[in-house]
Amino acid sequence: MADAAIEFKNVTKRFGSVVANDHVSMTVNKGEILSLLGENGSGKTSLMNMLSGIYFPDEGEIFINGEPVTIRDPKDAYALKIGMVHQHFKLVDVFTAAENLIVGIDPGKKLDRKEIAGEIKDICDKYGFVIDPGKKVYDMSVSEKQTLEIVKMLYRGADILILDEPTAVLTPQESEHLFSVIKNMKKDGKTVIIITHKLHEVLSVSDRVAILRKGKYIETVLTGEADEEKLTELMVGRHVELNIERPEVKNKELRLSVKNLNCVNSEDQQVLFDINFDLYGGEILGIAGISGNGQKELLEAIAGLQKTQSGASVVYYDPESDKKDDDGKSAGMEMIGLSPRMIREKGIHLSFVPEDRLGMGLVGSMGMTENMMIRDYSTASKSLLFTDKKKPRELAEEIKESLGVVTPDISTPVSRLSGGNVQKVLVGREIAVAPTVLMTAYAVRGLDINTSYTIYDLLNEQKKKGVAIIYVGEDLDVILALCDRILVLCDGHVNGILNGAEARKEEVGLLMTELKEKRREEIAE
Amino acid sequence: MEANLNHVHDPWVRIAKRDELSFFTKLGIRIAILAVGVIVCAVIIYIITGLNPFAVYLTVVKGAFGTVRRVWATVREMMMLACIAIGLAPAFKMKFWNIGAEGQVLIGGIVSAGCMIYLPFLPGSVLLLLMFVLSAAAGALWGLVPAVFKAKWNTNETLFTLMMNYIAIQLTAFFVSKWENPKGSNTVGIINSNTRAGWFPEIAGQQFMLNVIIVLVLAILMNIYLKYTKHGYEIAVVGESWNTARYAGINVGKILIRTMLLSGAVCGIAGFLAVSGASHTISTSTAGGRGFTAIIVAWLAKFDSLTMLFISLMLAFFDSGANEIASKCGLNDYASDMIIGIILFFILAGDFFVNYRLVFRKKASSVIKDGNSGVSGKEAA
Repeated sequence: MADAAIEFKNVTKRFGSVVANDHVSMTVNKGEILSLLGENGSGKTSLMNMLSGIYFPDEGEIFINGEPVTIRDPKDAYALKIGMVHQHFKLVDVFTAAENLIVGIDPGKKLDRKEIAGEIKDICDKYGFVIDPGKKVYDMSVSEKQTLEIVKMLYRGADILILDEPTAVLTPQESEHLFSVIKNMKKDGKTVIIITHKLHEVLSVSDRVAILRKGKYIETVLTGEADEEKLTELMVGRHVELNIERPEVKNKELRLSVKNLNCVNSEDQQVLFDINFDLYGGEILGIAGISGNGQKELLEAIAGLQKTQSGASVVYYDPESDKKDDDGKSAGMEMIGLSPRMIREKGIHLSFVPEDRLGMGLVGSMGMTENMMIRDYSTASKSLLFTDKKKPRELAEEIKESLGVVTPDISTPVSRLSGGNVQKVLVGREIAVAPTVLMTAYAVRGLDINTSYTIYDLLNEQKKKGVAIIYVGEDLDVILALCDRILVLCDGHVNGILNGAEARKEEVGLLMTELKEKRREEIAE
Repeated sequence: MEANLNHVHDPWVRIAKRDELSFFTKLGIRIAILAVGVIVCAVIIYIITGLNPFAVYLTVVKGAFGTVRRVWATVREMMMLACIAIGLAPAFKMKFWNIGAEGQVLIGGIVSAGCMIYLPFLPGSVLLLLMFVLSAAAGALWGLVPAVFKAKWNTNETLFTLMMNYIAIQLTAFFVSKWENPKGSNTVGIINSNTRAGWFPEIAGQQFMLNVIIVLVLAILMNIYLKYTKHGYEIAVVGESWNTARYAGINVGKILIRTMLLSGAVCGIAGFLAVSGASHTISTSTAGGRGFTAIIVAWLAKFDSLTMLFISLMLAFFDSGANEIASKCGLNDYASDMIIGIILFFILAGDFFVNYRLVFRKKASSVIKDGNSGVSGKEAA
């Protein structure tokens, strides 16, 4: 097997009773682009971490270029010319690009910035990267940081590159560029492994696809002989229908009207600029944008968790209200200035599934029962002093049953559950209160395909009931398929509101990265 | 052979996560580790002093439980520690690191002593009740200040509560010189030694019975408070995440302040126990470092107020015993402190081995080694 760059033989890694990798035996060929495909928790990252020296296998052997090796730490991995770009970048924020490249290598070497800059330029020219050696990491965009990580690995002489979910944080355009760079690296004889669960990427960039399922190696297929359906089936273990519905709801009523919403964050930077939009009952409004462009603040401002600047207005129109004005609309209620508790006490059924599930939506150390109490622990119990756990316990059992939450017991701390089950607990609780407005932030992040589709179905069900839904998402394909309208946020501005059925992916991608006003200003200049 | 060469490079020992163990297995591991600690201690005692370690241990047991008087002294000490730890429980559960118990105890003690000195004419039960309430209020005030600053300006409560200790110590020194008796002694002396006004009454012929009753009641009430009340729920949510608390509509600042009032109040009551229920005097060493020892108690008990009783008993036992060997075996205080230190270290190590195991090279993949060889293993690696 002279052409094998990497060979795993019966590699097993356990964490307590959890078997992350179960006797995995597989081969990566020299000079190929291999996609490592699998659902969350299937053991992709832990397998690769054993190559990069972060974990040490419990059993089995690893061969690099035909030689048996022992990789005890990242230094061993470097020596074997293996470089891994993790999902969370390992860069020093206050260092420049060039300084980050040389951190930790060859302490005897003189720091010659000119020489390093020259070397960086060579690498960039060769593969098509764009990088400014003098730029500090904290000034870089996510995509620039990722580029720097890859260049860092190449600079250190990596022949085998492992990229963990590289496109999770990129816009469609940036992803395209990344793929072209990866193809250039392949031409140069590098071996590239991409960890991913996005099927269309797998199909567009890789030579072969290796599939893991629940820690076990399933098989490797040639990309040319695969399609999305087949790959999904291999990944999930059975046939899955990959259609997201977009049911049409008639008689949409105005539910929420957001006007002149401006927000500054805790560091006094303005994060939302003059946000204006309407939300109707019976629709899903998608919010697209690169993560960190104001999505979090927007939802939290509506939920009463984020201070807004004066002049802002979020008016809620109660569908049950008898008070109608001349247009037949129900009378509005101003929500700005109300705390989450006051919003609830005013009878506004606002549900919110925040991005940070265990840091905001749930209490990790508590079981399902106690997490059910979060919304109404103080009002639900008749006693002045004591909590009432009977109803929450019933609700927890009901959600466990209806959504198929996998947990040993409803009293097991939810932090011990898998990401998908944590999300089911949270979404289940938020839907249980019969909301009229439902806001979700990254509702399917980290979930397997099955659970993701369960969530889409739940949202559509709510939509059909006339609930007004805000869906903040990152997978544009899903947003385009699921949402009735798409609001694109860029730098805290509403950069456009598109019709979901008509919008094109490229159009949304462009709105995510280039602020219209800026372009207009530039043209004016 | 290449495969063998490969094996030579394997790490000598690795740390691997364990499965969740049953209660009895966990207890077994803890006891085994504690036994190792006792053996290590014995070896060290022998090497340093040349004394028979078994004789030394026997002295420890005799020192703590040798006579009825000693049993009660140990129990009194245990109740004192437990009371402070119970006070720390709600704050720690909220992840508010109150290390100001020392000061909260002292301030409660000052108020108790002040009542005994200025109001000895009040009827016994009225005086005791007044002392109870006022010392709790004083402790609460000492807890309130750092909580308000944390709630309003997010100051660091660890530094703040620590510094409040020094204020309390200086205040104590001031009152000691003010209440000096006899003049020039720089001590307050036993207050009301004739009238016994403000002293805990004997119950069932036992001088310290009231201490036991008060602390047991506090332990049970605190347990109920933290587990079954709305307040307890709010404390748990705030302790986990301020963001979750805000999401739930909980006013974080209000909970911080309310909980620290409670925490300080219970610590203030500990000061009342120390003055009225034990020493009947006040000095800068009335708290005597128990405010810090109680932090260990609270942590070892995982903030469960009933478990705190057992941990306090254990520490009080070692403390009384160690004092005894200091005098009986001709060792000084440092030697006994060292022994307590070693034992504590092994108790804490028990936690590590409950959660992790060491995996040794070659066949040892499932062999669990005890704490002692684990330490040497790491050194060797």
